[in-house]
Amino acid sequence: MEGDIVQMGAYIGAGLACTGMGGAAVGVGHVVGNFISGALRNPSAAASQTATMFIGIAFAEALGIFSFLVALLLMFAV
Amino acid sequence: MAEEAGTGLVFHPMEPFKIHSLFGGEVHWYTPTNATLWMFIGILAISLLFIVGTRGRAIVPSRVQSVAELAYGFVHKMVEDVAGKDGLKYFPYIFTLFLFIVFANFLGLIPMAFTPTSHIAVTGLMAMAVFISVTVLGFMKNGAGFLGLFWVSSAPLALRPLLAVIEVISYFVRPVSHSIRLAGNMMAGHAVMEVFAAFAPLILFSAIGIAVTPLSVLAIVAMYALEMLVAFVQAYVFTILTCVYLKDALHPGH
Amino acid sequence: MANETHAVDAAAAVAGHAAEAAEKGGMPQLDFSTFPNQIFWLTVTLVVIYWLLTRIALPRIASVLADRQGTISGDLAAAEEYKLKAKDAEAAYAKALSDARAQAQKIIAETRSEIQKELDAATAKADAEIAERLAQSEESIAEIRAGALEAVQSVAAETAAEIVVALGGKADKAALSTAVDARVKG
Repeated sequence: MEGDIVQMGAYIGAGLACTGMGGAAVGVGHVVGNFISGALRNPSAAASQTATMFIGIAFAEALGIFSFLVALLLMFAV
Repeated sequence: MAEEAGTGLVFHPMEPFKIHSLFGGEVHWYTPTNATLWMFIGILAISLLFIVGTRGRAIVPSRVQSVAELAYGFVHKMVEDVAGKDGLKYFPYIFTLFLFIVFANFLGLIPMAFTPTSHIAVTGLMAMAVFISVTVLGFMKNGAGFLGLFWVSSAPLALRPLLAVIEVISYFVRPVSHSIRLAGNMMAGHAVMEVFAAFAPLILFSAIGIAVTPLSVLAIVAMYALEMLVAFVQAYVFTILTCVYLKDALHPGH
Repeated sequence: MANETHAVDAAAAVAGHAAEAAEKGGMPQLDFSTFPNQIFWLTVTLVVIYWLLTRIALPRIASVLADRQGTISGDLAAAEEYKLKAKDAEAAYAKALSDARAQAQKIIAETRSEIQKELDAATAKADAEIAERLAQSEESIAEIRAGALEAVQSVAAETAAEIVVALGGKADKAALSTAVDARVKG
């Protein structure tokens, strides 16, 4: 019985952790959206900043991956 | 279990990441495993592309040779742009990492394949190697001046100690995020495809399968396309972050 | 659905995947017993890739790229040279053309003056001939005219004498000729 409650908590926690991915999605969208709006204003500078955009995406996405990892840990490792 | 037997739905999203010995038996540190197999297939593919493909040394390249040259030029330019001219000395190391990651990622997309880069042990080792060598290099090149990386001289004096603490923490989190980003991305994509794949045979067991099975097959196709993109982008991101860290070590003065 | 199934699995903890996974700590990534194995083989792999790249692939690609760069810049230099040559040739051609044109102009002028000279000579000769002929003609015309006048006078005098005789007069030769002379000249 005790184990069941722990399991339940872990699964609920896993589900909650998944909401973090939404934040990552917002972040990545924000980065790319701003990049595109900037690129449309000044297309000649866009090519040189693509690498910066990918770094930004990577940083924003990493946090979503962390929440996914927490969910996985709760589901399989706790 | 009874329900599982009834519907036939089996979820093993972690199944493709399991490591097992190729020839049976315990997994010791020297045992050839499926990870070994796929790493060696990666080596084989790299040699096919870069050694067999370029054996013509043609001035006007064949298709394979031009792919190899394209990859070379891509990473070479990245290192030069991000880390500067003096970073080119470390180009072979960075190119090795890039090739290993990109081939592991793409070969892992083959059905039934194993993806070495989805394991924290693999990405963690690479990230730690980058972290340690970059830190050592920074101290060797700049001496104590490397610590200037943490002392943000453009900020107001009162804020600098606080910023220094934050910078130090973010510096030491680098290998963690560096490794987990790659492993997590690889793992997430494969696990999601695995979950969709588990839904696919539903049509054999239940009426709602008529609606669910085509949807899940479509979802797998879409995820696969996304994973193709992710496989490349993550290799690119790992490499470019390595270049950024290298630049910090070579030119710590921001 | 995934959670549910897995919950059932895990809770039941029967033999099979879930129990095995639970034994191993769930995620294969966190199964630390496989870490030495992966680290060892990863090191081997990376060293092999590094060795292959630095020994064979990278020098080869770098040399091919350098060769290509050399070929391209060599070709460009050759093209530049050819361009200069073409420019020289063009200049020479233009010079030859203008020379030829000047020569032609000269020849034309010479020819024209020669022709003009000939023409002038011919014209002068023709003029002289014409003048001579004209003089001759005028002379002969004057002769003819004089002859004719004479004839007219003599005919007129004879006719007048005949007419006078016919009218029953006596022909005075001297008076008649004076009268005819006066009439004809008149």
